[in-house]
Amino acid sequence: MGMRALFGLLLAAAMTFAAGAASAHPHVWITATSELLYAADGSITGVRHAWTFDDMFSAYAVQGLEGKTKGAYTREELGPLAQTNVESLKEYAYFTFARADGKKERFNEPVDYFLDYKDTVLTLHFTLPLKNPVKPKQLVLEVFDRSFFIDFQMAKDNPVKLVGAPAGCQMKLDRPNDGTATAQKLNEQTFMDGPNANFGMMFANKITVDCP
Amino acid sequence: MKPKLSPLARGLLACAVVVAVLGVADAALHELLAQNPFGAPRPAQAAEPEASGLIGWLLAKQSEFYRQMSSTIRAAKTDGSAVWTLLFISFAYGIFHAAGPGHGKAVIASYLVANRETARRGIALSFASALMQSLVAILIVGISAWVLNATAKTMCKAEGAIEIASYALIALFGLRLVWVKGRTFIRALQSAQPVPAIAGVPHDHHDHGHHHHHDAHHHHDHDHDHAHSHHHHGDHHVHDEHCGHSHGPTPSELAGPGGWRRGFGAILTVGIRPCSGAILVLVFALAQGLFWAGIAATFLMGLGTAITVAAIAVVAVSAKDIAARLSAGRDGGGALFMRGIEFGAAALVLLFGAGLLFGYIAAERTTCF
Repeated sequence: MGMRALFGLLLAAAMTFAAGAASAHPHVWITATSELLYAADGSITGVRHAWTFDDMFSAYAVQGLEGKTKGAYTREELGPLAQTNVESLKEYAYFTFARADGKKERFNEPVDYFLDYKDTVLTLHFTLPLKNPVKPKQLVLEVFDRSFFIDFQMAKDNPVKLVGAPAGCQMKLDRPNDGTATAQKLNEQTFMDGPNANFGMMFANKITVDCP
Repeated sequence: MKPKLSPLARGLLACAVVVAVLGVADAALHELLAQNPFGAPRPAQAAEPEASGLIGWLLAKQSEFYRQMSSTIRAAKTDGSAVWTLLFISFAYGIFHAAGPGHGKAVIASYLVANRETARRGIALSFASALMQSLVAILIVGISAWVLNATAKTMCKAEGAIEIASYALIALFGLRLVWVKGRTFIRALQSAQPVPAIAGVPHDHHDHGHHHHHDAHHHHDHDHDHAHSHHHHGDHHVHDEHCGHSHGPTPSELAGPGGWRRGFGAILTVGIRPCSGAILVLVFALAQGLFWAGIAATFLMGLGTAITVAAIAVVAVSAKDIAARLSAGRDGGGALFMRGIEFGAAALVLLFGAGLLFGYIAAERTTCF
């Protein structure tokens, strides 16, 4: 083994560490349902999410909060937490990414937000209004965390609803692991390739709505 | 020198041990869960990615273990025996989860290579830093949640601050290593040129000198560089780091006074940052009125983490030893090459720290919301 080979060995070791940097796993699980809101003229005005957290994170989130009844929290008692949630979510672009006919769309700050506590889990409800309502032929909405700290799963039943959509609009949901979405296959190559900032992309839930 | 396995054999052995431990843990867990009524309902793993390749598999495994923790803690409320399942899951999770950068495996491995540490020290450092990591997590939750009854928002902010501090610490630690190793490397470059090699010194002998002196003394080097930097007497394995004292611990006396102090920087750098997973488990256990179970789980996670990190450390040290042995056959260039590797390892720590600090490396960043 020459020195070059040795150097290669060390390089390989370095690569392994770099790859390790990408092998974070989620610490929070969210089961999501989303509604696409349509105006009377058929344009999309926003998205209404309901995100149910896993019980471990829910217990963490309500830590230090005092409810009138032990182990139960009213919507009012959870008000400040809900506000913290939506305010902090801004930094992560609400984990919601919309493209109308390929063009990126932005969201305004959430409205109508509140938290529910039921069966020891929290559900965050909020509406994300689009900055500019759009009426595209195709709308693609992705819900995911780039860093994969949070694992988003669309609910099993009625994960996506189109509220007031024009007749003839077709909705398709690609889940991260049903094998139909574009980039689900996790392999080592994926981890090695370039910056892993978009690592969570592989776990994206992709909602596609085609309208005539 | 006492008889020991060749570095290559040790390296292979270490790899074999890692694989064996992972395999056994996996098999045992499945069996255990099959027997334990509380482990039985495997949560629908919709989240489990279609993993191919080792990393994907590791990822899926740790997610699986992690998700089972909350149900097991719940179960432990009514059935004490579920605690054993919890401990086992935590241990297995720790083993798998140590693949994450927050656990400093890269830092420890690079540090060991840069500082020509022994495998035994590597193992000791791995365990010490994992223990510290567990203690930090327990202290954070114990003080903020249990004593102060702080909210998640406060706790998460504290966690975030520690995280940034730990990244900065890695970068600083790397900077210091680069400074020390860079100078050694440059000196080796300088001394390699005028006097390429000294003939007739048995290479084995070099190795011995190396192990017996450097390991014990290399941290004193900066104080003594000057005295040695002009020694162009062909002393090409850079004995500048061997400053001639004979006090202090031998490499085998890991717990000697200087021994721990020397590694403390590495332990602190790696151990200061708690694992987000441990924090969540602790808070959850606290909410269930089973804080002690959370503490036990955290220590077991730490133990699992330590085993993986130690295995990686041993592999790194063995690889370096192989390199040292092979390059020893090349007079002159060999020592230079080794200094180059050490410098490279030091640079790796710096890059890693800076990358984490400035967000180029997407680590397991705490998300507060």
